[in-house]
Amino acid sequence: MNPKTKTQIRETQAASLKMLADMLRIRHMEEKCAEVYGAGKIRGFLHLYIGEEACAVGALSALAAEDNVLATYREHAHALMRGVPMRAIMAEMYGKAAGCCRGHGGSMHLFDAGRRFYGGNAIVGGGLPLAVGLALADKMQGIQRVTACFFGEGAMAEGAFHESMNLAALWQLPVLFCCENNLYAMGTALARSESQTDLCAKAASYKIPAVKVDGMDVRAVHETTLQAAQKVRANGGPAFMEYATYRYRAHSMFDPDLYRDKAEIEQWKQRGPIHSFTTQLKAAGQLTEADFLVLDARAEAEVADAVAFAEAADPEPASELLRDVCTPAEAI
Amino acid sequence: MKITYREALRLAMHEAMTADPRVFLMGEDVGSYGGSYAVSKGLLDAFGPERIRDTPLSELGFVGAGVGAALGGMRPIVEVMTVNFSLLALDAIVNTAATLRHMSGGQFSVPLVVRMATGAGRQLAAQHSHSLENWYAHVPGIRVLAPATVADARGMLGPALADPDPVIIFEHAQLYNMEEELPSDWHCDITHAAVRRPGTRLTLITYGGSLPKALQAAHELSGEGIEVEVIDLRVLRPLDTDTINASVRKTQHAVIVDEGWKTGSLAAEIMARIMEDCFYELDAPVARVCSAEVPIPYAKHLEEAALPQVPKIVAAIKEVLHV
Repeated sequence: MNPKTKTQIRETQAASLKMLADMLRIRHMEEKCAEVYGAGKIRGFLHLYIGEEACAVGALSALAAEDNVLATYREHAHALMRGVPMRAIMAEMYGKAAGCCRGHGGSMHLFDAGRRFYGGNAIVGGGLPLAVGLALADKMQGIQRVTACFFGEGAMAEGAFHESMNLAALWQLPVLFCCENNLYAMGTALARSESQTDLCAKAASYKIPAVKVDGMDVRAVHETTLQAAQKVRANGGPAFMEYATYRYRAHSMFDPDLYRDKAEIEQWKQRGPIHSFTTQLKAAGQLTEADFLVLDARAEAEVADAVAFAEAADPEPASELLRDVCTPAEAI
Repeated sequence: MKITYREALRLAMHEAMTADPRVFLMGEDVGSYGGSYAVSKGLLDAFGPERIRDTPLSELGFVGAGVGAALGGMRPIVEVMTVNFSLLALDAIVNTAATLRHMSGGQFSVPLVVRMATGAGRQLAAQHSHSLENWYAHVPGIRVLAPATVADARGMLGPALADPDPVIIFEHAQLYNMEEELPSDWHCDITHAAVRRPGTRLTLITYGGSLPKALQAAHELSGEGIEVEVIDLRVLRPLDTDTINASVRKTQHAVIVDEGWKTGSLAAEIMARIMEDCFYELDAPVARVCSAEVPIPYAKHLEEAALPQVPKIVAAIKEVLHV
């Protein structure tokens, strides 16, 4: 292999710093969400992505703008990585008209049609059949596009998972199945809910190529997803990714987190995606502490701006309650 | 030209698929088998397996995929064998298709058509015979249609496919073999009920597979000098209350025939609407003829006893009219 050119090295370094910056943006956004939730500004269910940042950052940076993305109810990071402005995400959680869904969706239902971000789905496994259909539509229309569908390992117990895997493999549809395995379906550990805990074996049983990757390593996630997405794009058939990861916070703000050993949480924190990537970059001479502090401060400033925007934004007027239940006649 | 309800449905699909390359049909046994009720027979030869797409027995998977394909720019027609099986796909219809537009702040429409058979009368017992149209008619965000004539079977699909929101079409299993003259203008308005027989003494409101029974009851009563106005709802959601109210205000009496169970039925909803809008114009309490509150039994005499029948409808009308 040819040695990398200086330009390539610079590009790699810039991409690495971008991934670090994005993980910091997500971390600060999620921490702020928890804080303002505590203050009663955000209500309903709130599921935080803290600890899992490397998955969304590594995977979504490996996709193209024209690809389709579907996610779960723990999807703030996916929306942000897809390019939804943090202001629109925060305003949505505040229930404001300036939110990305006018305050109709909330934390679990972030959507952005222009960015081909199809939610935000609060039914476990609910996005999987949709992903199959989106990919089918692309195939029938001769559009070369990847549909990436994120879901947790808990979704793999749902019938929707098995039906979708079968359809995608049977019809050779370009779906990239992205399983974020954080080991707990709410409070139920994987081994307590699955007879087969090797998730790649399940995917392989549908003749779908499956790869497991360390979901705490953003570079590994990015590289592996990039390869898988390229194969899906080139060959048209599906692929399955398992990102081995961990959430540091409880399932939702309502969860007292009684089902996990504190030592286990601490152990995973030692392998924290931001901490370990920062250490790697510093060791490689690609990042100084001063650089890090700049990225960190920038992320904090973006979050502060998003919160200020959401606070000041107007709520959706109650007179608009019934809008968008059906398409208005004048739009047909 | 006389054609069957089944042929009318097939003609409508043939026409829609010829006119628009985005339209395709998928469901269990719609292709090689020709459709469990033979509605899609011959379409595989005409359009090929990409557009007449046999699916595995995965109601949730393929109805959900229909939602996704609609989001992705196609105009899918998804056939579910019976309303009983559609319960396996309720999540895709109720939690997803019906909610996406509102939940996304108006960013996404789901131009999906789901067709399914409904109703009893073929001795198929308690897992193939129920009338659960009102479950779907309960849900905001979807349109629910029930063709009861050959003309509507021919005319409803086009406007249903043109609707940017999800549409569910209920085909009563007892109507597939019904043969009627196809009128030259079979185009269908999927926003309004239809007056199928004009009358003055009482408004008889029904839909789907109960329409022939309602018309038969009206015919028999006409022989006794009682002229009953028969309204075919056609659209189960959103209900065309204007047509119902106009008729009830004229006749001042109403009976509803609904093959669903009485408790929580569409009939109950229509009665409530009449109370809200026409209470002071009524001369008698509104009555209804529904299915007995029992899982539909297999044996022919028991099944017949469970369903609305012409004599029961005639009796209910006479009781309301005190004749």
